[in-house]
Amino acid sequence: MIQTFRERRSLRIAGLMSPGAFWLVAFFLIPLLIMAVISFMSRDQFGFPAPPFTLQNYWDIVKDIRLNPSVSLEGGLTVRLFDGLYLELFWRSIWLALISTIITLLIAFPVALFMSRLSRRYRNLALFLVMIPFWTNFLVRTYALQFMLRGNGPINTLLRALGLEPLDLLFTPTAVMIGLVYGNLPFMILPLYTSLEKFDWTMIEAANDLGANTLRAFQRVMLPLISPGLLAGSILTFVPAIGSYITVELMGGGRTNMIGYAIAQQFSASVNWPFGSAMSLLMMIIVTIAAVLYFRSGRGEQRAVL
Amino acid sequence: MPGGFRIIAFIASPVFERSWGRQFSIPEADALSEFAVEMRDVSKVFGDVVAVDHVSISIRQKEFFALLGPSGCGKTTSLRMIAGFERPTSGEIYIDGRAMGGTPPFQRNVNTVFQSYALFPHMTVEQNVGFGLEMKGVSKSEIVRRVGEALELVRLPQLAKRYPRQMSGGQQQRVALARALVNRPKVLLLDEPLGALDAKLRKEMQIELKTLQREVGITFIFVTHDQEEALTMSDRIAVFSKGKVLQIGTPLEIYERPTTRFVADFIGETNFLEGKVKEVDGEFARVLVNGDRIFVGRAMEGVRPGGDATISVRPEKVQLIEQPDGSPNCYEVQVHSIAYVGSDTRVLVLLGSNRLGVWEQNTVSTLDPNYFFKPGEKAWLTFRPENALVLAQ
Repeated sequence: MIQTFRERRSLRIAGLMSPGAFWLVAFFLIPLLIMAVISFMSRDQFGFPAPPFTLQNYWDIVKDIRLNPSVSLEGGLTVRLFDGLYLELFWRSIWLALISTIITLLIAFPVALFMSRLSRRYRNLALFLVMIPFWTNFLVRTYALQFMLRGNGPINTLLRALGLEPLDLLFTPTAVMIGLVYGNLPFMILPLYTSLEKFDWTMIEAANDLGANTLRAFQRVMLPLISPGLLAGSILTFVPAIGSYITVELMGGGRTNMIGYAIAQQFSASVNWPFGSAMSLLMMIIVTIAAVLYFRSGRGEQRAVL
Repeated sequence: MPGGFRIIAFIASPVFERSWGRQFSIPEADALSEFAVEMRDVSKVFGDVVAVDHVSISIRQKEFFALLGPSGCGKTTSLRMIAGFERPTSGEIYIDGRAMGGTPPFQRNVNTVFQSYALFPHMTVEQNVGFGLEMKGVSKSEIVRRVGEALELVRLPQLAKRYPRQMSGGQQQRVALARALVNRPKVLLLDEPLGALDAKLRKEMQIELKTLQREVGITFIFVTHDQEEALTMSDRIAVFSKGKVLQIGTPLEIYERPTTRFVADFIGETNFLEGKVKEVDGEFARVLVNGDRIFVGRAMEGVRPGGDATISVRPEKVQLIEQPDGSPNCYEVQVHSIAYVGSDTRVLVLLGSNRLGVWEQNTVSTLDPNYFFKPGEKAWLTFRPENALVLAQ
């Protein structure tokens, strides 16, 4: 009797899950597998995947890894095949994504903190304001940002009006950074806000009462307790940043290269699908490993909180 | 803690192996002032709300002191000012004779047991209890030893590795106590610590807290809205109302000699009879109630002939008799209702327009229903003048 009930229950759960499972298999798992297969193929004369199967694509990425620390972040790096600069490309992407995540965090934290301390009515208004940008296409917003940073755009007009030197912002790494931070800010604010809103401020009083000053109370009590939001926000910011394409294209003008942009080039301008697939897969593996390590670092505290 | 303490603890520990009182107590030499905590003319204003209104309280060393009052009376704000979470708008707070001014909570030698316990959910019991010592830079081995002691003090050594959410409310409460006591504070502040416990556990913890306080010899300041709890546990009580302290005294003084109508009403049960003071004769005053009955009671401060006054008499101090006996305060009444509650019988009688409660102790074991008064019956009410208070209005 109990057995049949259980069977029926698991059947129902399977039924409920099947649309989602189908979706994931059809539009995520299968394309991923196709990409994995392509990454082991050669390219035909038009750049499209063709037999025979080979490890050449991966070898091309790996073979030129030199332990040469004289890496310069200046000088727009364009993708030249077999140039042996992929390690730098990966590294620079991770680095830029990391910096942008930290900047996003530094901006988002005070905002989320402020929001969480508002009265219920204003809190909802603030949430609404954070979400407004989602109603406009990201591409359009990036063009707007481009306009802001332009040589004769509002920022430089203001600077000139104040008698200051105009800045050469657009198509620089700074512009890419501004674009990344701008685009990812809501994804950091929202999970942080969720954690902060649940945070019980009596905890800080308790820590103070037990001899912890503000900084130590923050480190030892607040930080661990809001770490779920911190982790979620960081992942939601870091991962899109590392693979970003539109921002790199429009804000960097192709002069600041990142891995997402480089991969896109393989599928368009350079037409080398197998090589692009290999880069994608490699990046996915790197990001996954980074994410797992990151989650693990905060796991002990996480377990207690959840 | 000054180094001197450790030496004393070291000398004492082999002798008093399991005597917590010795190990936890503050040596006499440490006490600078007669008072552990003093509030001198302290006020706290939030916006346009006066939460605490010119409060002065002196709490003696090693005293179990209760701040008692209904919610919103300023008792918790007072406690928070002593802890350092709020700064007085005016007035000064002294801890051990030292003016606190803007001293932050982490530099005050007091610890708090919060109403919600405020245990750190991401730390084990052990880590929670050791937190204060860790912040003070106590060595690891010393922390382990003292945390062990503190957990034994609250009888929870077996739960050291648990997380707070894996424990019952009562256990969490003990952890909160251990977390505060392990620091050997000068003063322990308790903000309605038993509020979240069920009635039975609360009674147990009342006794346990009192015993614990005697053992550790630390000043306890205890906020509560439960008058019975305050009476049971405290050495002295300060009764708060609307931001002001109405009376400070021992439970006996507060119960037997309330100086205001509010205190008489808030602590225990009482009957009020309102009237005009006819004359004051030494200790006693005669009050005309309803224009025709004279009652005599103990004249409290401010009672003047011709002034309005309220007589307060506790229901257990009133008797019902079948015939008048010629004593003062003896008037005919009608029994309205009776409630038998086991230990005593509670009779509600009508005296003109006044309703009075009379609690008669059931000192005789009987099954005879005629032993008790019945609703509608006539009876005579009486109470001794020294058992009634005449309160000025």
